[in-house]
Amino acid sequence: MLIKCPYCGPRPSEEFTILGDASVRRPTSNDPATMDQWFDYVYLRDNPKGRYKEYWHHGGGCRSWLVVDRDTQTHEIFGTQAARDATLAENKKGNS
Amino acid sequence: MRYSVFSLLKNSFSGHKNWAPAWREPQPKKEYDVIIVGGGGHGLATAYYLAKEHGITNVAVLEKGWLGSGNIGRNTTIIRSNYLLVGNNPFYEWSLKLWEGLEQDFNFNAMVSQRGVLNLYHSDPQRDAYARRGNAMRLDGVDSELLDREAVREMAPFLSFDNARFPIMGGLLQRRGGTVRHDGVAWGYARGADLRGVDIIQNCEVTGIRIENGKVQGVETNKGYIGCKKLGLAAAGNTGEVAAMAGMKLPIESHVLQAFVSEGIKPYLDTVITYGVGHFYVSQSDKGGLVFGGDLDGYNSYARRGNMPTVEHVIEAGVAMIPGIARIRVLRSWGGIMDMSMDGSPIIDKTHVDGLYLNCGWCYGGFKATPASGWCFAHTIAKNEAHALNAPYRLDRFRRGYMIDEKGVGATPNLH
Repeated sequence: MLIKCPYCGPRPSEEFTILGDASVRRPTSNDPATMDQWFDYVYLRDNPKGRYKEYWHHGGGCRSWLVVDRDTQTHEIFGTQAARDATLAENKKGNS
Repeated sequence: MRYSVFSLLKNSFSGHKNWAPAWREPQPKKEYDVIIVGGGGHGLATAYYLAKEHGITNVAVLEKGWLGSGNIGRNTTIIRSNYLLVGNNPFYEWSLKLWEGLEQDFNFNAMVSQRGVLNLYHSDPQRDAYARRGNAMRLDGVDSELLDREAVREMAPFLSFDNARFPIMGGLLQRRGGTVRHDGVAWGYARGADLRGVDIIQNCEVTGIRIENGKVQGVETNKGYIGCKKLGLAAAGNTGEVAAMAGMKLPIESHVLQAFVSEGIKPYLDTVITYGVGHFYVSQSDKGGLVFGGDLDGYNSYARRGNMPTVEHVIEAGVAMIPGIARIRVLRSWGGIMDMSMDGSPIIDKTHVDGLYLNCGWCYGGFKATPASGWCFAHTIAKNEAHALNAPYRLDRFRRGYMIDEKGVGATPNLH
């Protein structure tokens, strides 16, 4: 697999480490009433067969966190974005 | 027909042309008492024990491909019960005991070979950790022996004992561990279940689960709707997809694990050896090939094939452990899709839907568990409650904080 890092260009996947599902959102509250949200965040996954957004870390390169849009059936990669940009874009979408 | 030396003799007179098929190919009935989704090792074993132990024979096993086309045919065939944590050893030891009597029980040669499983250690702290694990095993009545360097050398003189960075200092041996002919397990359970009246329906993919008023009614398939009173899911890597049909989101991710077999060589390795530095495990099949594997690729996948970095990593670990295999050629490699759970331990439980039962989360240790998994799942389905052996493997343990995390890496499915 080649992952196209937005800073370094296409690089082999062994330069990267995967963290996992980029769709989960860390709850903002410590209130015990939000336990269900925490349970969901820590343990439950959609685990889709098909397109999937996931966090990768370019530890063997520029050391930035990325969001990779990949197909779990074919391993095809559709796009890569810096994790910060992806989150900012999503927050903007959520606010508007 | 019962297989025996007499049936073999009888059929040899007709040139072995008149053997009956080992199982029927029935059309689905309108309704069953129990439907099992997944015709792999665990699903077939569940159907077998439902019929044999609980007298429930109006059962169908639905398999979307051909029988045993999933992980039962894609593993490295190792059986063992060398666990540390409370909850694991009684279950896996029961599995090993079932393996020991399996061939007589289901009248099929599964080539169960208790050739031993040896885990190597390379440092004093690792020796202490293995001693602790060995003691935990003994407390649960499981056999274990801590070997020193010379005892390991006697067993396997070809290992890299004098590696400068990771010298081999000894190993933890479970003599009752070993290997089994994996396809034989699927065939034996299928035949045993079929003889007792279970319908095994191949090329039958479940496309939906019908639930009314919180109770399972049946499944939609590519062969039409089939009703059932109880439904058991044993879909391994596809568990997430099937469970989603019942509105469930699980603590499971699907990952690809690769395995390899080398060209056939003369008898060389008469046990199972695992490396204590990298993740590498190897045995030699009766055909002569070295069967080996290592870690997951690490990324979520349903592809049943992996990538080169993992191939390189596994083979590096293998050559570091046994330098002599460097010149052996790899014949084949393949991938299987593992249902990796959030604590590395399985789930055998009821669900929030009445009549729906779940068997998943086997990570890459599902093969050795096949008999006990089927046995416990059958008990859970028949009695509508968990057996003491699978009571620790409840679905709600994640919410309640009762994880069974052998590797101690937390909620990171790709690291278990």
